Amino acid sequence: MRLTIERRLDQPRWLAAVVPVVSVAAALVLAGIVLLVTGHDPFSSYRKLFDAAFVQTGSVGQTLIAATPLAFTGLGAAAAFRMRLYNIGGEGQLYMGAIFGSGIGLLLGGAGGASPGVIAAMVAAGCVGGALWASIPGVLRAFFGTSEILTSLMLNYVAGYLLTYLIFQSQSYWRQTKGFNATVFPTGKPLPSNAVWPAWNVHAQGGIPIPLGAFFAVLAGLVLWVLYKRTRFGFEVQVLGDSEGAARYAGVPVRRKILAVMAISGAVAGLGGASQVGDFSHALDGDPNGLQKQAYGYSGIVVAALGRYNPFAVLLVALLIGGLDNAGNTLQGADFPSGLVGVIQGIILFCALGGEVLVRHRLRVARRVAATPELEPVA
Amino acid sequence: MNNALVVVLLASGVAYGTPLLFASLGELLAERSGVLNLGVEGMMLVGAVMGFWTVQRVHVGSGALALILALVVAAFSGAVMAAIHAFLVITLRANQIVSGLALTIFAGAVGLSSYLGSDLNLADVPASRTFHPFFPSTMQNWPIVGPIVFGQTPLVYLSWACVVAIVYYLARTRPGLNVRAVGEAPGAADAMGISVTKYRYVHTLVGGAFAGVAGSTFTLALTPQWVNGITGGAGWIAIALVIFAFWRPELCLVGAYFFGALQALAPELQARNISLGPTELWTNALPYAATVVVLVLVSWRGASRRLGAPAALGVAYVREEA
Repeated sequence: MRLTIERRLDQPRWLAAVVPVVSVAAALVLAGIVLLVTGHDPFSSYRKLFDAAFVQTGSVGQTLIAATPLAFTGLGAAAAFRMRLYNIGGEGQLYMGAIFGSGIGLLLGGAGGASPGVIAAMVAAGCVGGALWASIPGVLRAFFGTSEILTSLMLNYVAGYLLTYLIFQSQSYWRQTKGFNATVFPTGKPLPSNAVWPAWNVHAQGGIPIPLGAFFAVLAGLVLWVLYKRTRFGFEVQVLGDSEGAARYAGVPVRRKILAVMAISGAVAGLGGASQVGDFSHALDGDPNGLQKQAYGYSGIVVAALGRYNPFAVLLVALLIGGLDNAGNTLQGADFPSGLVGVIQGIILFCALGGEVLVRHRLRVARRVAATPELEPVA
Repeated sequence: MNNALVVVLLASGVAYGTPLLFASLGELLAERSGVLNLGVEGMMLVGAVMGFWTVQRVHVGSGALALILALVVAAFSGAVMAAIHAFLVITLRANQIVSGLALTIFAGAVGLSSYLGSDLNLADVPASRTFHPFFPSTMQNWPIVGPIVFGQTPLVYLSWACVVAIVYYLARTRPGLNVRAVGEAPGAADAMGISVTKYRYVHTLVGGAFAGVAGSTFTLALTPQWVNGITGGAGWIAIALVIFAFWRPELCLVGAYFFGALQALAPELQARNISLGPTELWTNALPYAATVVVLVLVSWRGASRRLGAPAALGVAYVREEA
């Protein structure tokens, strides 16, 4: 008996929806086995996980805080991966968005309540920062044919060191230099009050603040969906992703598409960086154990892959993975092993990747046929 | 004389470069067979934690035996991690990039390695056995070559042996030539009767084993303890290094020591009160920036083909579609 994999001629629509769901379920079973083997009770671990992510007082608010950056990096990755442009530099683009966004916030901000003008400028600056950073691998790919995978990855580290440098190793514009605390531990300069992004309070679970960034993420998802599904640009990107040869033959300007898609992808991740600063940290976080430990950019790729690069699915998955992250943070210590969240995320992604094969191919169990079949005796 | 900046940098370059060298040799083998594995960081961390676990918890007679066993365990656990990637990308033909990243998330600093480290209670204790410099201290005090060549742990000499072995393997042996064929033209290799699947599996797994050993270099020699995320991005540098070295093992050695020396540069300069601008920023960022430059150079006008990038790197092989 042997397994063979054959390409499907038609891809049923329902499979595309079922596979991610089954992937998550299978991942929970597999991670449960990991838990069992290492002597934990999977059911109680999962119940705690779910409680901490969505049920406990204040948990939904925390989950939203974790999900917002993932939505941005996920949408950014999805925007590029759709064209088989593997921008894995969402991490660095997010940092650059945070640097640009906080820079403009510090520059233009002042006293008083949230100012739409300042916030708009921060959003724009975040997008520009991310887009510029993503354009480095974009330009290199478009003009020199350099693989964007490795260049965008390398630039994550460069951006990370730059972020640390701005707060820890220099007297930069972003660093708080006045006050007692600043001499004890280096921190970012706090944003002026009108550059702090507002949040809407929903009266449930003891008040759930919905950050402004979450609305921007939904908006970004909507814009991307329209762009990719309803415009000529999106169609050309789709064609280019499926077959570069066909796209060239049809007269699609390949170079310009690469530049544009990388810039869009970086801009969305960069907006996530601006939202980090404006919504949550209210100062540039250069601590290597702070923002950089969260690995939002890398998790964003998980989110994008699990959402099969569909903007709405990406938003939904971001909420799920955000819940997982949030639960991991709250539960850490006690009897909840620290790396469990990464293990579950990794297994979900493995299952989704394996499942992807089932969308495109069918498995067939073929029995080994004997070389010379015996003749049936004639009655 | 042995305190001269150059000597100190070269000596620590060799020491810090060794994990990079092991990991990049492994990645090189996988890539030569056509499999890009971005999970090096994760495989290294699992190797690091399992190697450390072995010296702490498995009791065997002699110290040397315990350390050898630890290397074996580290190599094995690295290979197990690589097997996940191999199954997904070779058998199921999944996307190599996403799968490699998934492996790093699964096994890396927020995943399995951290899980094992906390579950097995390994954090914050020094290793009970570590690799020490191999040669007697009189030899280590010889001018210049003393610290650079004779002041190193056996792992360094093991890595040199691996470089020689892999150079010989790829250039002079039948399976070595076969693996190059598999990486360059899997269709042709298949037609010759070489099993593309088998070669890719074996080299991806061996690559994982090298990454595991590379990780244990941290926990058994360089910084002998277990700290979450102890490799600190070395796995990514190792991937960069393979390109930096044009997919050639002997150049991996040069590049590894260069990047290793860069890591030692900032603290060394600081200790000597020498200021060269934002030293920490550029010494940390330089390996990555240099790799970007090299990537551009090798990809310019198809130079990467001449310089050694396997033609089928990152492409799944399907017999009927080739």
